[in-house]
Amino acid sequence: MKLRVQRLITPQSIALVAVLVFNWVLFPGFFSVEWKDGRLFGSLIDVLNRGAPVAILAIGMTAVIATKGVDLSVGAVMAIAGAVAATSVEGGLSVWAAVPLALVAGLACGLWNGVLVAVLDIQPIIATLVIMVAGRGIAQLITQGFIVTFTDPALIYIGTGSFAGLPMTVLIAAALLIVTTLLVRRTALGLLIEAVGVNRSAARFAGISALSLLLLVYVFSGFCAAIAGVIVAADIHGADANNAGLWLELDAILAVVIGGTSLLGGRFSIPMSVLGALIIQAMNTGILVSGFPPEFNLIVKAGIIIAILILQSPVASRLFKRA
Amino acid sequence: MEPVLQGRGLGKVFGAHQALQGVEIDLFPGEVHALLGENGAGKSTLIKILTGAYQPDAGTVVLEGAEVAFRDPLQAQAAGIGTVYQEVNLVPNLSVAENLYLGHQPGRWGFLNKRAMHDGAREVLATYGLEIDVRAELGSFSVAVQQIVAIARAVKLSGKVLVLDEPTASLDRAEVERLFDVVRRLKDRGLAVVFITHFLDQVFAIADRVTVLRNGKLVSTQAISGLSRTDVVRMMLGKDVVFAHAPAMTEAAEAGPALATFAGVGKKGSVQPFDLTLHQGEVVGVAGLLGSGRTEMARLMFGVDSADTGSISMGQPLTLRSPRQAVAAGMGFCPEDRKVDGIFGELSVRENIVIALQAKLGWFKALSRDEQDDIAGRFAEALDIRAANHDMPVRLLSGGNQQKVILARWLAIDPKLLILDEPTRGIDVGAHAEIVRTINSLREDGLALLVISSELDEVVAYSSRVVVMRDRAMVAELKGAEISPQVIVQAIAAQEGAAP
Repeated sequence: MKLRVQRLITPQSIALVAVLVFNWVLFPGFFSVEWKDGRLFGSLIDVLNRGAPVAILAIGMTAVIATKGVDLSVGAVMAIAGAVAATSVEGGLSVWAAVPLALVAGLACGLWNGVLVAVLDIQPIIATLVIMVAGRGIAQLITQGFIVTFTDPALIYIGTGSFAGLPMTVLIAAALLIVTTLLVRRTALGLLIEAVGVNRSAARFAGISALSLLLLVYVFSGFCAAIAGVIVAADIHGADANNAGLWLELDAILAVVIGGTSLLGGRFSIPMSVLGALIIQAMNTGILVSGFPPEFNLIVKAGIIIAILILQSPVASRLFKRA
Repeated sequence: MEPVLQGRGLGKVFGAHQALQGVEIDLFPGEVHALLGENGAGKSTLIKILTGAYQPDAGTVVLEGAEVAFRDPLQAQAAGIGTVYQEVNLVPNLSVAENLYLGHQPGRWGFLNKRAMHDGAREVLATYGLEIDVRAELGSFSVAVQQIVAIARAVKLSGKVLVLDEPTASLDRAEVERLFDVVRRLKDRGLAVVFITHFLDQVFAIADRVTVLRNGKLVSTQAISGLSRTDVVRMMLGKDVVFAHAPAMTEAAEAGPALATFAGVGKKGSVQPFDLTLHQGEVVGVAGLLGSGRTEMARLMFGVDSADTGSISMGQPLTLRSPRQAVAAGMGFCPEDRKVDGIFGELSVRENIVIALQAKLGWFKALSRDEQDDIAGRFAEALDIRAANHDMPVRLLSGGNQQKVILARWLAIDPKLLILDEPTRGIDVGAHAEIVRTINSLREDGLALLVISSELDEVVAYSSRVVVMRDRAMVAELKGAEISPQVIVQAIAAQEGAAP
C-alpha cells in the first residue's frame, strides 16, 4: 500500500489537525505526553483511548453503510456483549471463555440484522431498530436488571491495561483497523461491497451474491459492536445494560459520514471513518480539558459537525470548483 | 397566425456530448405536432428545454412573441406549457379529484371545499368525455384513464401548449383511440399539442406536422399530408435501409454444435413456455413489441426470474435461481435498462469491466491492480471504448460507451452465451454500427448470442434465426430467406390463429 503525502491531506485530516490545534490554544498542555508507570499519559493518548470504542463501531458501520445500509443496533449490541462478558466471569467462567461468548452474542445479533436485511429485504433502518430497542431489554434479562460488577483482572486488563506503553483499547482498535483494511483491500471484498452499495440490481445482474455480502457486513458490524461492548464493560469493571453504548450508534454513523463515506452507499474508507471517530473524540476531550462546562460539549460538537458536513456537501464542492 | 411557442437555434451540451445543436421548432395553436427521431436523437433534450427542465446552452425559447427563460418546469407550467409523461406522474393513492386539484385545492375559510372540488373535477373530466367516480383512487383506474386525468390536470394548469411524451407506449388500441379523441378536442380548443411517439401509424393518424431530429440536429419540419411512411423513416434513419440478410448464415449456424437448450421454459404471468436451442456461432434475434414477453424471456434464461416450468441444459442440466448461476455456466447478459441493471455509475470504468470476472472468481481471488488494468485496457481497446482514462466514473461516459463497458464486462469472463437486450437503445447512430459489427465478430469467434431488438433492420442484418414474441408467447421462428423486416412485422402484427 503506497502512502503518498498528498493522499494524507484530506478534509478529514485537516479538520482533525484544526481541532487539535484549537484544543492546544484552549489548553496549552494538550500535546504534552508523559511516561509514567510503564505507559504513556496525556490528552492525546486520552483521545485515542476514549475514541477507541466509537472507532471500532465505525469500522463495522463503514462496511454496512457502504452497502447503502445502516446499523442502529450497535449501541444495544455493546450492552448485550458487556452483559454476557460480565455475567460469565461472575458466574465463574474464565476470561478466555467469557470474551468469546460475548463476541458470539455480537455475531448472533449481526446475523439477525443481516437476515432481516438480506433475506427478508427489510429496510436496514427498520431492521436494525429491532435490536436497538429490544437489545437493552435482552441485556437487562442477562444481568437480571442489575449492574453486574466484576473483579476479574484479565477482563479488566482489556479495558484499562496497557502494552508497550499504549492502552489495550488503542491497540485493539488499531489491530482491527489494520486487519480489516487489509482484508477489504487485498481481497475483492471491498470492490464487491462497493458494487452492491452503488447498484444492488446491477450487482445481481453481474453475478455478485449481494445476499452473502450483506450478511457478512451486518455480522461484522455486530462483531465490532461486541468488541466495543467488552472494552467499555472492562473499562468500568461492570456491565450497565441501560447505559453502556447509549447513543454511540449515532456517533459511529457520524464518524463514518465525517470520514466521507456516503449514506447512499458505494465508495468507502475505513481509515477515514476511524479518523472521523478521532475528530469526534478530540472535540469531546478538548471541551472537557479546556474547562468549558460539559453542557457546551453537545452544542459545540453540533456546530463543528455542521461545518464539516457543509464543507463536504455537493453544493460546497460545486462552489469550490467554480471559484 | 403567430406560433405560440418557438425554439430558436437551441443547443445543449452534456460533457463532451452535443445533445442538441441549432434546432428550430415552431408550434402553432390548434396543431398536433409530432416529434420524431431515434433513441438519442435529442427529442427528450429538446422537450426538456421547452418545458423548463433544462436550460439551453445556445438559442432561445420564445413564448407568444416574448423571449422566456424558464428556471424549472413549474415556471413553464405557470406560463402555459404542460407536460404529460409516459409514466403518469400523479399520486395513485389520492382520489382523481385530489390529483386534479393537488396544490390548487378550492378552499373555504382555510378548509378544503370537497364538494366544489368534486363538482369541478366531474365538470373538467366531462369535457374530455370521461365520466368516472372522481372520489375513487386514481390508481384504481386503467393507465389510459390516468393519462387523461394527467392531461386534464396539465391543460387546466397550463392551457397553451401540451407536451405528450410517449403517452401511448403502454396503451392498447382502444385506449389509444380514446386518447386521440381527447387530443382532437384539445386541438379544437386551440392548444398546441406536441406528440412524441415511436409508432408511425399514430403519427399519421393524429399529427398535422412532423419534426424529425437526428443526432441532435433538425432534419426537417413538414406537413404530414405530403409525406409517405418511407419518407419519414428515411428522415429518421438518414439513409435507406442498408442492412441486408445473408441467408447462408442460418445454415452455417445450425451446423455448429448445440450449446444451450431451453425446453418448455416458462413462468406463469411472465412468459408462456417456449423451446429454444442456441448453437455455437449463431445469433438468434428476438423481435416483438414492448410488453410482448421478450425481456421476460431473457430474464428467465439468465436466472433473473426463476422459471416454474421446463428444463435448461448447457452440456449438463442447469437449474437457474440467480444470475450468479447463469454466469457460472458461462452466460452474460446486457440488460435493457443500463442505468438500473447495468452500470455502477460511481465506480470506475476499470472496475465496471472487471466486476463480473471478479464476482466469478470469488471474494478471495482478488485481481491485482495490474491485472485489472490489463483486462480493462485489453477489452477497452477491442471494443474501442472511448474514455479519458479507466479510473474515471463510468457514469461520465456516453450511452454507447457505457454499453460497450457492459459488453466488455461479459467478454472478460470469456462467455459461451451472451444475451443482449436492446443493445443499441439510447446510443448514437455511429455506435449502433459498431455494436452491430461487434455482434458479428463475436459470432465469428464461436459465441452464441441472443439479441433482443426493436431495430428490425439490425435484427435482420446479424441474425441467423429470428424468433418473434407476441402476447407473452413465442409465436414464430424465422430462418434463412424468411428473415426480412416485412415478414417479421407481419409475424408481430398477425392476429391470433393467423401466425405462420
